[in-house]
Amino acid sequence: MFIIGELINGMYQNIAKALKEKNKAVIQECALEQVKAGADALDVNCGPGSRDPVSDMQWLVETIQEVTDKPLALDSSKPKVIEAGLKALKHKGVINSTTADPEKLEILVPLAKSYAAKLIGLCISSKGIPQNKDQRMDLAATIVAYCSEQRFPIEDLYLDPIVMPVNVAQAQMKDILESIREFKIISDPSPKTIVGLSNVSQGTCARSLVNRTFVTMAVAQGLDGAILDPKDTDLMDALITAELILNKQIYCDKYLDAYRKK
Amino acid sequence: MQELMLETWSGAINTVTIGATKEEGGTRSRAIKVGGQKTLPFLFPEGELPHKSVVAFEVWDTPPADWPKNLTDAYGDSLKDPLKWAEKCVKDFKAQLIALRLQGAHPDFGNKTPEQEAKLVAEVLKKVDVPLIILGCGDDAKDNIVLPACCEAAKGERCLIGSAVQDNYKTLVAAVLADGHNIIAESPIDINIAKQLNILISDMGLPLERIVVNPTIGALGYGLEYAYSIMERCRLAALAGDKTVASPFICFAGHEAWRAKESKATQEEFPEWGPESERGIIWETITATALLQSGADILVMRHPEAIAKVNKYIDNLTISSSVERRADRV
Repeated sequence: MFIIGELINGMYQNIAKALKEKNKAVIQECALEQVKAGADALDVNCGPGSRDPVSDMQWLVETIQEVTDKPLALDSSKPKVIEAGLKALKHKGVINSTTADPEKLEILVPLAKSYAAKLIGLCISSKGIPQNKDQRMDLAATIVAYCSEQRFPIEDLYLDPIVMPVNVAQAQMKDILESIREFKIISDPSPKTIVGLSNVSQGTCARSLVNRTFVTMAVAQGLDGAILDPKDTDLMDALITAELILNKQIYCDKYLDAYRKK
Repeated sequence: MQELMLETWSGAINTVTIGATKEEGGTRSRAIKVGGQKTLPFLFPEGELPHKSVVAFEVWDTPPADWPKNLTDAYGDSLKDPLKWAEKCVKDFKAQLIALRLQGAHPDFGNKTPEQEAKLVAEVLKKVDVPLIILGCGDDAKDNIVLPACCEAAKGERCLIGSAVQDNYKTLVAAVLADGHNIIAESPIDINIAKQLNILISDMGLPLERIVVNPTIGALGYGLEYAYSIMERCRLAALAGDKTVASPFICFAGHEAWRAKESKATQEEFPEWGPESERGIIWETITATALLQSGADILVMRHPEAIAKVNKYIDNLTISSSVERRADRV
């Protein structure tokens, strides 16, 4: 499971404050805590309050790279901000994200290709959020087709079915889960799949429980990656156990420790 | 020509170094490295296989009572003196590695003291200059006092010491840590316990790079296939990135093969089986070569002729499959 830690995001007050004050220690501590908890990569998002996201992204990337070599997922809806992050990267990164809109794909797919970055493709377009599985499959196919045309390696493409909050779109949950499995048959080699997990529990009163239950069900559908809070120990334990049950790692009594030792 | 299907692996087997030269603070003529593979055994075009598998000659501190005549004949009188025996292995049979089994420490087989065994280890290290594996007698309580004494006597020589088991590992790990050796982690043909033990040992501060796993094996006809499948599964997980099972393997092929009836029964008992003088060697050789194919890095063996055959097998497979070699020919 490719786990992207979500905590370096200007949406959170501590990060917004550290970004404003250029306080490296706060950012670096947040990065290291997530890595220690089992994150394979770290999401980097300047947040809505950033006045100069291009330079903020660059500063965040440089700051985090001083303490860890883990890949960074450059999270912005603005291609310019992503490009600023890519330029500052020392290692292979992740672009988070493109939509299925041609104007986004035309910029971000070539960028991902030239920086050998992984690419997250959201199954969403300017027409709005998909309402069922068919719409998700259409959007996914659009992204895969464009990537194939551009000779972007499909195994580096992570499709996100767009996870809706369960208290808003309860009727869609089953479709979202099934999409994860069906994305795999769009092409050979198959694209990978990823979810922005925390959205599923937005506005609910049992966030951690909803998150870990959803992720367990998604893993059973073949999910390859998740953007989540790796410091939620119960969530990570459930995720590791789900992978264990699918025979993706060898059991031993200390299998939770073993996973985190990786 | 058809294209080869090549797998890309993300993980690698840990590299373990056995023996320390003068420059490294020991007295060995050379150090032996095992592990480091980035693909399955002998798949040279697919990934790096930096170190050849190596065979260790088994030497006992006491004359082995249960070895059949077709095996003891190969060593003659030297079996009575571990120093002469070790020397014969190195001088006559060109042994690269010696596995000294302290069977005589066992309460039922001589009950030698820790001091006696430590002295023997020091003498063996003086007599031969190849790296050393030191094996306990199998009685946990006795091994817990004998092996730490031997670790100390061999301090700085970076030996491989065994065996730690799930119910008895702390004393040995502490001794190995203190005196700079490597450890053998033994599990009873059980991949889950092998993994668990590696974690327990590394939790005590001994790096995974100093652990060699004894997965326990069966001889040809006695569970070899099962051992093979366990080792293979372990390797596949390690190559896929699980560092906790990425240890080189040590396999006691001689110990298991020479317990088999097929290797020691005489021709008089089973005329249709042919002469035991050849049969035992074949049994040990076949057991060992199958284990090489499943990933064995160190084979502990007994009959010099079987060892010579296995060494030749390793050399042949290494040479004929080597990518560099093929490139040279082109």
